[in-house]
Amino acid sequence: MKKVKVATVWLDGCSGCHMSLLDMDAAIISLGRKIDIVYGPLVDAQEFPEEVDVTLVEGAVSSQDDLNKIRKIRQRTQILVSLGDCAVTGNVPAMRNNIPVNKLLQRVYVDGSEEKKLIPSDRVPALLKHARPLREFVKVDHSLPGCPPPAKAILGLITELLEGRKAEAGQPVKFG
Amino acid sequence: MAQKKLSIRIDGQLIAAEEGLTILQAAKANGKYIPTLCALDGLTPVGACRVCLVEVSGVDRLFPACTTPIQDGMSVITNSARLARYRRISVELLLIERNHTCAVCVSNGHCELQSMATSLGVNTVEFSYNYPKLGVDTSHPRYVLDHNRCILCTRCVRVCAELEGAHVWDVTSRGIHSRITSELNERWGQATSCTNCGKCVQACPTGALAEKGWAVEEMVKKLGTVTSLAQKRGAHV
Repeated sequence: MKKVKVATVWLDGCSGCHMSLLDMDAAIISLGRKIDIVYGPLVDAQEFPEEVDVTLVEGAVSSQDDLNKIRKIRQRTQILVSLGDCAVTGNVPAMRNNIPVNKLLQRVYVDGSEEKKLIPSDRVPALLKHARPLREFVKVDHSLPGCPPPAKAILGLITELLEGRKAEAGQPVKFG
Repeated sequence: MAQKKLSIRIDGQLIAAEEGLTILQAAKANGKYIPTLCALDGLTPVGACRVCLVEVSGVDRLFPACTTPIQDGMSVITNSARLARYRRISVELLLIERNHTCAVCVSNGHCELQSMATSLGVNTVEFSYNYPKLGVDTSHPRYVLDHNRCILCTRCVRVCAELEGAHVWDVTSRGIHSRITSELNERWGQATSCTNCGKCVQACPTGALAEKGWAVEEMVKKLGTVTSLAQKRGAHV
């Protein structure tokens, strides 16, 4: 059987969703027989591949770089999954949204810094006005909330997608 | 004097219920579940959250079960694809209106809004988040009011006015600018009519009103104490 190509992406999140993905114990071995992880923080690939079957995205869309990435990923992915509260709701990254970006950077990098009081600009992607959920920028096929989503729920979702079932039929998962 | 009995149907089942009851009360008395958020046994219903919407045969619009009195011959549907959709929308609108951020909430895991979202199958929202800039009132020595997590259910207003008899809380402004406010827009700590009883805190369905000193996930509300007090008082259930 041809392995299903799965990518994982880490935008504005804490990597907790990726930790939860790895937390599925022995199940990850049998899952590994059915899928190839072709891109993401867990593997080496530098470029997002042209054709991916399933992409799990952790994190909110927070910077111009995130936005460019997610648009490209959407074009190259069959099934796009918002994984975890940041991707689904904005969650903690969105707590900055009612502070203007320049004030936020000033507070963190200048007022809040003991030395080298400087707002980084070189090779650092510009922040968007708001950190917002994926769905507000691209079409999302499935949403799995949770902070992080339980490993079992992630496994359940991937399993159902692999078997071509309707993924929403699984156990409901709470926000937070 | 015995109350007049009315004949109604709930999900097809014929029920005899006392005149004056709401659809929610009649349904509850007959073991029918209708989801609710703002309703609280013993307090005057207000129909604020729109989660208890039901269909009434022959009428196109939906009715909140908590405030709609039964009528003789009324036929009520408590569950349908249409109702499920509108209930989900009601909860989604509550979620996008303010900054709930469940992951870092004192009531995470013990929140009625959160569990209602889960039970209605809300795993994302179809609207844009509002992200308003809202304050937190920490002036009370024992309790805290976080407007970010308030859904304006007005349980606090009603429990304070109707059970404690202090009427510290009210709603100020209109529409999207509506806020819970204490006394005449005083900070809670300066509200001299507050008896520090904490009924509002225990009745609050979310983390908007909480006891001080708890961290994320630690605030478990004692809703039962409020409802049993209300029932002892002989208020309508």
